Amino acid sequence: MKILVAIKRVIDANVKVRVKADNTGVETANVKMSMNPFCEIAVEEAVRLKEQGVASEVIVVSIGNQQCQESLRTALALGADRAILVKTDDAVEPLAVAKVLKTLVDKEQPEMVLLGKQSIDGDNNQTGQMLGALLGWGQGTFASKVEVADGKAQVTREIDGGLQTLDVKLPAIITTDLRLNEPRFASLPNIMKAKRKPLEELAIADLGVDVAPRTETLKVENPPARKEGIKVETVAELVDKLKNEAKVI
Amino acid sequence: MATLIIAEHNNSELQPATFNTIAAAKHLDGDTVVLVAGHDCKSVADEAAKAEGVDKVLLAEAEHYAHLLAEDLDKLVVEQAESFTHILAPATTFGKNIAPRIAALLDVQQISDIIAIESDDTFKRPVYAGNAIATVKSTDAKKVITVRATAFDALSHEGGSASVESIGTTEHGALVDYVGEELTESERPELTSAKVIVSGGRGMGNGENFAMLEQLADKLGAAVGASRAAVDAGFVPNDYQVGQTGKIVAPELYIAVGISGAIQHLAGMKDSKVIVAINKDEEAPIFQVADYGLVADLFKVVPELIEAL
Repeated sequence: MKILVAIKRVIDANVKVRVKADNTGVETANVKMSMNPFCEIAVEEAVRLKEQGVASEVIVVSIGNQQCQESLRTALALGADRAILVKTDDAVEPLAVAKVLKTLVDKEQPEMVLLGKQSIDGDNNQTGQMLGALLGWGQGTFASKVEVADGKAQVTREIDGGLQTLDVKLPAIITTDLRLNEPRFASLPNIMKAKRKPLEELAIADLGVDVAPRTETLKVENPPARKEGIKVETVAELVDKLKNEAKVI
Repeated sequence: MATLIIAEHNNSELQPATFNTIAAAKHLDGDTVVLVAGHDCKSVADEAAKAEGVDKVLLAEAEHYAHLLAEDLDKLVVEQAESFTHILAPATTFGKNIAPRIAALLDVQQISDIIAIESDDTFKRPVYAGNAIATVKSTDAKKVITVRATAFDALSHEGGSASVESIGTTEHGALVDYVGEELTESERPELTSAKVIVSGGRGMGNGENFAMLEQLADKLGAAVGASRAAVDAGFVPNDYQVGQTGKIVAPELYIAVGISGAIQHLAGMKDSKVIVAINKDEEAPIFQVADYGLVADLFKVVPELIEAL
């Protein structure tokens, strides 16, 4: 079975994000960019399914500017077989991403699409579910375990109350949660090998999909600052402050 | 204008975040209608009808709705969508799972995890783990929205007298079969609605040491949470996790024990009213958001704190 993995390039998780002074967005100039951590987990899972003999081919796709090639090469170094870059310099909203991915699914006919449950920039948590609805497929979101057998994926999901297990008929959408796996590091030979793996480029305009934005960001601000706290020296002082100053116990 | 709220429930009672979502809907013009879809869940519809702020309840009962699977509920909501300008769900794992399917079927760009309603089409929402707040205007005719529960104080569970109307159901899509659930059993308050939370991090060292935090929680009537590091290390189950991609909490009092305070953790708890941090590393970032910081060995001071309360 073929697996399609969608990945996004985002501001690195360890970077302290700064709001631009003119409140139009956040600073992205000279900021370290990386593959979204949840997408890395999705790539790893797909590669493991291939290593288990469940998957025959792993295709990674990203939508964005030319620099997204770097993230795709990273995915190829981790074990994906080939990559597709859908090029655009504009921001693409989750609904439009789902529509673009649908055209690729129609073309490639994978039996599973693996995605991160959310990207750590927009924090939307939408694309996988939207793609599922557009394709009429079932979904196993927030997965912490995936087992494929008998034409279905058994997915253990991290839900608010604990864990839920579903049998999702293939073809299926899987979105990854943090504990699905621990992504490997790419070895130097694999990084070299990845440079020779196929990477196809498509222009977003050629896909015939409506990607016009449906929302307008009016402003981006810093969150309200917390007032500066104090250090207490002893447990007795802490209890006193909580009782008599904060009045919360 | 009218708002449809997709109720989260377990077929016997509403989950607390549903009440916060109703509170958010009151910032929008028009009637507030709650959809209760499930199996043998008339009592849930009656509970919703009594909630303050609810004008009407729609009840859809079918065996295949029992587990509130997104692949079945999405079509049901879409069938009802015509009468509504806004469709709201709580930004819980339930709401996050289903709302984007509804949005896609309606060809709407969803607005996730809103924390404020500026007008019928303009909303505030956190991005980048809460390090920035975006004000977003939707140009779609219909709005599909998930609501961050901690940003809207729940209205009273009593005092309403809405009518309950049974509606037709959709067929079972058979895309997904429910296998089972392992839910964490606890006598303690639920993490996202608790007034006090005691949370532990990697500094706890192992799962057994969480017993100490549970004793502290018992003294305070608190829920117990954890950082991602503690969950990844297997100290506690996944549903304890507070943070950007776990649970978002905003209790009156949050006590962080042995948590260094990665931005992803701060994103989940920094709207708490009072934050206490206990950590032996005085450079730990958690102290930057703490109202009261105690630089000390947690294994010495937590037992002292239990004793002192």
